[in-house]
Amino acid sequence: MEKQWEDMSPDEKQEALFQRWISPEGVKFASPQAEKLYKERTTRIKDALQLKKKPDRVPVMLIPSFAPAYYSGLTPYDVMYNYEKIAPAWKKFSLDFQPDTHGGCAVPSPGKFLEILDFKLYKWPSHGVSKKTTYQAIEGEYMKADEYDILIHNPLYFFYYIWPSRVFGTLEPIATLPSLSSVTEMYGVSVPFFPYGTPPVKAAYQAILEAGDEALKWIQVVGGFDVEMPALGFPAHQAGPTKAPFDVIGDTLRGTRGIMVDMYRQPDKLLEAMEVLTPMFIQLGVDAAKMAGNPLIFMPLHKGADGFLSDAQFKKFYWPSLKNVIMGLVDQGVVPLLWAEGGYNSRLEVIKDLPKGKTAWLFDQTDMAKAKKALDGIACVMGNMPMDLMSVGSTQEAIDHAKRLIDICGKDGGYIMANGAFFDEVKWENLRAIVDTVKKYGVYK
Amino acid sequence: MAANLVNALADLKEEEALKIVKDRLNAGEEPLKILEDARKGMEIVGKRFADSEYFIPDLVYSGEILKAVTELVKPKLTKAAESKKLAKIVFGTVAGDIHDIGKDIVVFMLDVNGFEVIDLGVDVPVQKFIDKIKETNAPIVGLSGFLALAFDSMKETIEAMQKAGLRDKVKVMIGGGQMSDEIKKYTGADAYGKDAMAGVALAKKWVSAS
Repeated sequence: MEKQWEDMSPDEKQEALFQRWISPEGVKFASPQAEKLYKERTTRIKDALQLKKKPDRVPVMLIPSFAPAYYSGLTPYDVMYNYEKIAPAWKKFSLDFQPDTHGGCAVPSPGKFLEILDFKLYKWPSHGVSKKTTYQAIEGEYMKADEYDILIHNPLYFFYYIWPSRVFGTLEPIATLPSLSSVTEMYGVSVPFFPYGTPPVKAAYQAILEAGDEALKWIQVVGGFDVEMPALGFPAHQAGPTKAPFDVIGDTLRGTRGIMVDMYRQPDKLLEAMEVLTPMFIQLGVDAAKMAGNPLIFMPLHKGADGFLSDAQFKKFYWPSLKNVIMGLVDQGVVPLLWAEGGYNSRLEVIKDLPKGKTAWLFDQTDMAKAKKALDGIACVMGNMPMDLMSVGSTQEAIDHAKRLIDICGKDGGYIMANGAFFDEVKWENLRAIVDTVKKYGVYK
Repeated sequence: MAANLVNALADLKEEEALKIVKDRLNAGEEPLKILEDARKGMEIVGKRFADSEYFIPDLVYSGEILKAVTELVKPKLTKAAESKKLAKIVFGTVAGDIHDIGKDIVVFMLDVNGFEVIDLGVDVPVQKFIDKIKETNAPIVGLSGFLALAFDSMKETIEAMQKAGLRDKVKVMIGGGQMSDEIKKYTGADAYGKDAMAGVALAKKWVSAS
């Protein structure tokens, strides 16, 4: 009899998730060629990640922001407001460039949904930035300095009521809703429900229902794409994202300024809050991986980059909770793809303290020779195709850089070519040249 | 006593710094002297940041302490502080880009190093840069950007300076996110600064050369 999930070791869990990814249930491949490509691509990436054997060649991933829209002559606004335009553009992008994976088509969040709920956390095309521009975050203190205790002691209440009331203008009235923990007897059972009868709260819930309709329309497009692409031979390079606890607080709850002041004024509360977030963000990744049958979970890392924190601050505030999230994922067979945005040169000695073949590090502007040396035999390294070369460099420069990366990082496997930062409009001929170079020059003999 | 506030601020001792300020105000001291000490403390913070002894959290926190100090002193101020500045610099994040963390750090560092920075904020339209350069006669312009879309915004901003006949009168530096020497060439800027210290060094070099 097959071993039950709970009885498996972390290695067995990882292998089981990889097998589900390599041989996906229910996928009707478009052709024998598509099936062959799919198996080759998943196996190639598995080999590069596990560091057990050399893949047949260096895998290549493209991780675009709105690039597929621009490539099809569409603006970010077009795809955020016309969901039916998303999948064809994203599909064309994969078919034309032929990378080894697809990353889903969830980048264009549904514009109408954002409008209905009056999302405050970002400016998006036609709402604060031009229709031709990608969306951009607006940092703020969405959680106030004195609210750590609510987050620490009542995280569900915080995320169900307080948090949405701050980031969605339409949902402001729900901040006043009481917790239902008082419902224990007949006496007083209806009391916590009376606010639901008031017009502001009713309007907020009406908006949630409308937003739900919109989200449903959108998810059908995005979900349909995730079904179609494997059938065409492209495996997904992620089951979903999760985040480092420090970034959860620093990016969105307290903002950069807020969290940095908290490091001085209330360091213990900050550390405690990150401890509370840790299991939540492990669960997020594990659930997504198990549901999708894909061990790869992306983790964009932001505020631990070179220059953001001192070594001591990184070791005290950033790394411990991130490592706990990583190990929690690894323990469940998940392979976190850690996207170290910015530079990570000063962090290499710290992050190499990880078990072998369980993680991958995608670098943006880090010195790749140093990164490879530090992580050799520990983790697959990825990335470093730089934005300036992709955008304004000559095609030859892009090819040369790609070759150099393969020479430096690809020697014995354990390297995946990828862009270093999320990209929009670039020189398409450079992008094509990079993919082609990997396919020719990156073959292992 | 004077040295205490300087050190308390430089060492990021918030409570101590505020207590000293209150005591000195209660003793009837000239508020401008207190602010001058605070400025000296911030100068040390800037130096420590340049020496990689301090990082962004330390800069941010020093700014918070300074804010609290200024709030205490302000009501007692009778005349405005005057200090001689090295040169004016028009600074901003270019059109389409709303990122401010990097820009704020460079502005802070330029300020504590004696420059008068005219901070135009984020998503600054081309024309606003042009108008401000004309109005202030600033010899230096700093263009900040985090996203790749800033490549073109920077290029357009610099081209507009050319058209307005300002290009020969200003030195332009760019920095932030995905900027590089490659992008410097693309945009037509005079220099790329990879961090705040590089920006300060460029500004100092340009001022001494003029």
